[in-house]
Amino acid sequence: MAPRLDVRKTYKLFVNGEFVRSESGRAYRPVAGVNVPRASRKDLRDAVRAARTAFDGWAGRTAMNRGQVLYRAAEMLDGRRLQFIQELGGGKPAGREVDAAVEALVWYAGWTDKLAQVAGTVNPVAGPYFNFTIPEPTGVVGVVATETPALLGLVRGIAPALAGGNVVVALASESRPLPALTLAEVLATSDFPPGVVNVLTGQRKELLPWLGAHMDVNAIDAAGCTAEELAAAQEAAAGNVKRVVAHRNGELSPSAITDLMEMKTVWHPIGT
Amino acid sequence: MAITKRSSTALAEHRFEYEPAPEAIDHVNIAPRYGLFIGGKFVEPRSGKWFPTINPATEEQLSEVSEALKADVDRAVTAAASAQESWGRLKPSRRARYIFRISRLLQERSRELAVVESLDGGKPIKESRDVDIPLAAAHIFYYAGWADKLEWAFPNRRPRPVGVCGQVIPWNFPLLMLAWKIAPALAAGNTVVLKPAETTPLSALLFAEICQQADLPPGVVNIITGAGKTGSLLVSHPDVKKVAFTGSTEVGKLIQKAVAGTGKHLSLELGGKAANIVFDDAPLDQAVEGIINGIFFNQGHVCCAGSRLLVQESVAELLLAKLRDRVDTLRVGDPLDKNTDVGAINSRAQLEKIQGLVESGLEEGAEIYQPPCELPAKGFWFRPTIFTNVSQSHRIAREEIFGPVLSVLTFRTPAEAVEKANNTPYGLSAGVWTEKGSRILWMTERLRAGVVWANTYNRFDPTSPFGGYKESGFGREGGLHGLLPYLGLN
Repeated sequence: MAPRLDVRKTYKLFVNGEFVRSESGRAYRPVAGVNVPRASRKDLRDAVRAARTAFDGWAGRTAMNRGQVLYRAAEMLDGRRLQFIQELGGGKPAGREVDAAVEALVWYAGWTDKLAQVAGTVNPVAGPYFNFTIPEPTGVVGVVATETPALLGLVRGIAPALAGGNVVVALASESRPLPALTLAEVLATSDFPPGVVNVLTGQRKELLPWLGAHMDVNAIDAAGCTAEELAAAQEAAAGNVKRVVAHRNGELSPSAITDLMEMKTVWHPIGT
Repeated sequence: MAITKRSSTALAEHRFEYEPAPEAIDHVNIAPRYGLFIGGKFVEPRSGKWFPTINPATEEQLSEVSEALKADVDRAVTAAASAQESWGRLKPSRRARYIFRISRLLQERSRELAVVESLDGGKPIKESRDVDIPLAAAHIFYYAGWADKLEWAFPNRRPRPVGVCGQVIPWNFPLLMLAWKIAPALAAGNTVVLKPAETTPLSALLFAEICQQADLPPGVVNIITGAGKTGSLLVSHPDVKKVAFTGSTEVGKLIQKAVAGTGKHLSLELGGKAANIVFDDAPLDQAVEGIINGIFFNQGHVCCAGSRLLVQESVAELLLAKLRDRVDTLRVGDPLDKNTDVGAINSRAQLEKIQGLVESGLEEGAEIYQPPCELPAKGFWFRPTIFTNVSQSHRIAREEIFGPVLSVLTFRTPAEAVEKANNTPYGLSAGVWTEKGSRILWMTERLRAGVVWANTYNRFDPTSPFGGYKESGFGREGGLHGLLPYLGLN
């Protein structure tokens, strides 16, 4: 009997809820035999625009609903556990990485409707005013994933950003992009509205300068940057006073969420 | 005597004449020359350079202060660095006591500080006396209490000092901005080198005397004077671990660039172009007071000033009539007069910047209204100004003027108000005036700004976090959140 001929997957970028090739038509081959799209500056701009358009809707969802969607992503990822283990090279370490990625999604899903109670305050001002401070998403967040762990690093970047109500443009691991593009399939089936999370693959040195300098990006999680890339991103960030979050040792922490949030303070008089 | 409706109308038409009511200044001693405050002592600058600080209301020299250059900045940072370890390890309750002492000393010397603030900066004495100095003292008192409670503020996160803080502050609220910077830094266990603005150094130098009076350990607080060059040397100094800056967005971006790649902590409180939004159901007379306070408080030298008035079209005419009447009653003049509402513009450079932007408003077709008030012959002055017929593309609707100039725009629907309010790279503050509670919260959710005042404006409190979205900066000052920029946390 003739051997089975498998139907191979074309790996694509994930932009605005759609799987697309790079508009540049370019690809690179970090993994033998697989063409991975090499996103261009234009792809990056398209992704930022899609994210910005999606921002009000996602930020406007109830905290509970955002938690449900993130939890759904954990379900979808868990269901494809074996596929991810295979893409990560197999073996126990790969299994542990997938489990940790699932755990991160579940953990941050649970934070969405608790964060304001932990990070917000009611402020006892010296006057007849009711005054409170609440966290709000900062906007479009660029997530630079770590080269390794390729899956866990990406999930630890996007999950806290999304939990806080931000929208994300993620740059995947350059040397190991496949888990990121397969994660996009997980995200695509988790009820995130189009544009809320976008995943790009390609050369970091080609994309990072434009992400750092983009005037409609509000923050960058630079966990995956080298020291030189970080310095360059921080310098470019000054163009529109973005914040660049750099130091995170991979631990799950609510500050990973609040680092990408604004604090809004509201005053209202008290009177009859 | 009860005022009948008829006589109150008569009163409204009457223009009151005011006798001068100047604040006495004979109890204030300003030295002819100040050194730098480094390591607990006033020292001569190694740069050998001095520059004058003048009273912007008279253009007379008040004193001469040092220009700190490289050797001086090095010396100040070294003093702070050598004090850092012992201050950071001091029993937190003892740190608290020093900071409490400083707050009390501010209260005890409040009148002197208020007069110096008005002399050096041009702000009305009633504002320095009733706002700047009390708020500065309260701010320090508030953070003093945090010094030994940090573990309760951030449980499980092992709060610890970040190290020497280089702090650069503006000239609009000199002592208050100093308090906003120094109080949380010290409470968190850091030492500081602070540079006040070159036009308003005096209250910071009096504060240095207060640190001596409080027996604060030498080097915990260092005050260096100078202009942009001094500030640049300070924030770039390799031993400075945390940079805090309040000032223009333009300079903030330069600092962010300078700090890139150094691993320094950074917080920025930058410019603003706040929308003050008035709906047709708002209590208009109260709103008028809020608009006036929003833009003319401190001559409009306020980063969170309500410089764009957005009025719902249906009440625009009525509101503007009320606003013009109210502006006519503002008293512009001698900052030391207790009846003065609008004092002197802080410097000639700032006056020229305001004049340039106002000219652009006229050239671009906006209509100007200024009350017919007399201005003193000497000093830097600008009439309270209201621009109508302003479009969103006008420079006076986009750029921070930092002066007593209001740009008025109109809107029809709440959605349009939000759209226009957020149509700016800034995001520091906003105001909303309406009697409808649900609309206040709806607006509040959508306004991209760090502080939203509903049916009030320009309120400040030590417990209330302040700071901006977008190009207005990051980090908060005040409240529990105000500790975050000064702590390392797990």
